[in-house]
Amino acid sequence: MILVVAEQRGGTLNRASWETIAAAQHIPGGVPIVVAVLGGSGGATTAAAQLAAAAVHEVVAVEHPSLEPYTADGFTAALQSLIGQLNPTSVLFPHTYQTRDFVPKLAARLDRALLTDVTGTKPSDDGALVFVRPMFQGKLTADVRPQGPAPHLVTFQIGSYRPDAAARGSSPAPVKTVAATLDGASVRQRPDQPYQEARQAVDLSQAERIVSVGRGIKGQEHLSVAQALADALKAELAASRPICDAGWLPMERQVGSSGQTVAPKLYVALGISGAIQHLVGMKGSNVIVAINKDPDAPIFEVADYGIVGDLFEVVPALVKALNE
Amino acid sequence: MNIAVCIKQVPTRDWQPRVNDGGTWIRDRDVTFETNEPDAYALEEALRLKEKHGGSVVACSVGPERVAQVLREALARGADRAIHVEHASVEASDAFVIAGALAAAVRDERFDLVLTGLQSDDQGFAQTGVVLAERLGFAHATIIMEVQIESSTVRVKRELEGGWFQWVAMPLPAVLTIQSGINHLRYATLKGIMAAKKKEIRKVAMPAGLAARQHIVRLYAPQKVKRTELITGSPAEAAKTLVTRLRETARVI
Ligand SMILES: Cc1cc2nc3c(=O)[nH]c(=O)nc-3n(C[C@H](O)[C@H](O)[C@H](O)COP(=O)(O)OP(=O)(O)OC[C@H]3O[C@@H](n4cnc5c(N)ncnc54)[C@H](O)[C@@H]3O)c2cc1C
Ligand SMILES: Nc1ncnc2c1ncn2[C@@H]1O[C@H](COP(=O)(O)O)[C@@H](O)[C@H]1O
Repeated sequence: MILVVAEQRGGTLNRASWETIAAAQHIPGGVPIVVAVLGGSGGATTAAAQLAAAAVHEVVAVEHPSLEPYTADGFTAALQSLIGQLNPTSVLFPHTYQTRDFVPKLAARLDRALLTDVTGTKPSDDGALVFVRPMFQGKLTADVRPQGPAPHLVTFQIGSYRPDAAARGSSPAPVKTVAATLDGASVRQRPDQPYQEARQAVDLSQAERIVSVGRGIKGQEHLSVAQALADALKAELAASRPICDAGWLPMERQVGSSGQTVAPKLYVALGISGAIQHLVGMKGSNVIVAINKDPDAPIFEVADYGIVGDLFEVVPALVKALNE
Repeated sequence: MNIAVCIKQVPTRDWQPRVNDGGTWIRDRDVTFETNEPDAYALEEALRLKEKHGGSVVACSVGPERVAQVLREALARGADRAIHVEHASVEASDAFVIAGALAAAVRDERFDLVLTGLQSDDQGFAQTGVVLAERLGFAHATIIMEVQIESSTVRVKRELEGGWFQWVAMPLPAVLTIQSGINHLRYATLKGIMAAKKKEIRKVAMPAGLAARQHIVRLYAPQKVKRTELITGSPAEAAKTLVTRLRETARVI
């Protein structure tokens, strides 16, 4: 049996949960799939009712007052006991920030393999599954095998399966609500409410065209090169994370998993390598242009048009061509 | 406030990937190395906490002889001493092996805080800090953008997705995994570099009995999926062609 752990907040599932169900359904052999969703009373049940639409064997809502809000200690304890009861061969998660926060602890406690950020699975000669994951910031790909006894824990990279690829059942899957085995007093983290920092002046998600700069720009003093292109294209200026970390542009102009998600008509990436955390924020753009001196930069994986070259030569030429 | 900082040495950012003949690991001899980026921020955060609350900062790294370099850099930037867990084969190690080694190295020292980066730029497990917390029996929190110490408690600002944040409090001792950009890095001064020469790097042996829970069957260049139209020619020619494509084919300008 494959256990998929879905993620909800306030009864709303995230899209990545459906992606992970799609990943589980993609594993050959027709192994039954059980989906678990954790939370306080209400949230988990609401989410479970939605999950029942998926073509899976069963949905389990795991409830406990100490599971709302999320804490690493609470989720680890609840899943440790659920896994003990269900005895799955593998446990799949979406590779969200919440997963990153507690699943390594769960794996360490169970002393079972944990493969993270997996983008796909493939069968090997002996029938056992091989998992594909990026390494070295996406510059290389590895086929990896878990070692040691089951269950193996696997987290799937956001976007590696499409949420609408999750097959729906002809009738709703049975839903079961169980009380989590968990001692609230053992939870050490005391979380406050999540919040967003003060509302931002620029809403990049509304921009039609975006010129985005990465570490290839080298220094704040060179930002004018990118600004000139943005002006010529009537585009907003945005950036990868390191540019905002360095304070060269405000955080509100950061594109990616921890910044804004954008989908303009045109996205021009200047000196951006194309790390997955950047790609998830801009992959949905209509037309993507990448200018990068490294022909193997992962950004070219998602680009429609690419120029391999020095941005300090190409960008001024581009501004000139646009103004002609 | 006694703080351990876990520092990994990784290939430099502009390293061009090369795989070894067996296709199982990178060709180590082609590589130059540097400190894993978030670990540099973790060290900076530790130094700032020490300046505010007193105590000491100890840099720890697991790896072959060459990792002494990143430890020396940490000492030059202000760490008080360092622990080097000598370990020849990084490629055969996973987060369980490394966290096990780190746990053995720091367990007896009664640290109040252990800081790690949130993820390594090479293997990218995003696990080591959290596994270490479990091995030490410490509370933990991940992807941290601010740290406040309040006597026996630590309050941290966790980064969530899409520009959301959350404050979380927990008792010390704790493990925190630090996100890049939490602070602004200082650079080593000449004085720091000189002072580092007198600081201790204690070498300890890899503990026995740590087994990796994953194994690389094959390492290779990513397979291309999307066909990018690569525009060639001089910068001026390429620029002209691109503008034509954007105007006439894609119609986005
Ligand atoms: C939890 C987490 C969340 C994250 N969130 C985000 C996020 O929201 N957004 C984000 O962007 N990143 C995020 N990151 C960081 C991400 O992993 C990468 O580190 C980051 O995106 C790299 O930025 P970059 O491409 O600008 O820099 P690099 O990876 O250093 O790439 C620089 C590129 O510039 C090219 N270059 C250099 N000089 C030139 C030149 N003269 N001309 C042309 N090209 C040149 C190089 O070939 C290289 O490809 C996150 C990471 C983690 C772990
Ligand atoms: N060999 C190592 N030596 C010291 N610290 C390490 C080592 N490997 C990983 N770490 C720490 O664990 C963090 C996460 O690494 P990883 O789990 O590989 O993504 C890194 O940012 C380091 O702080």
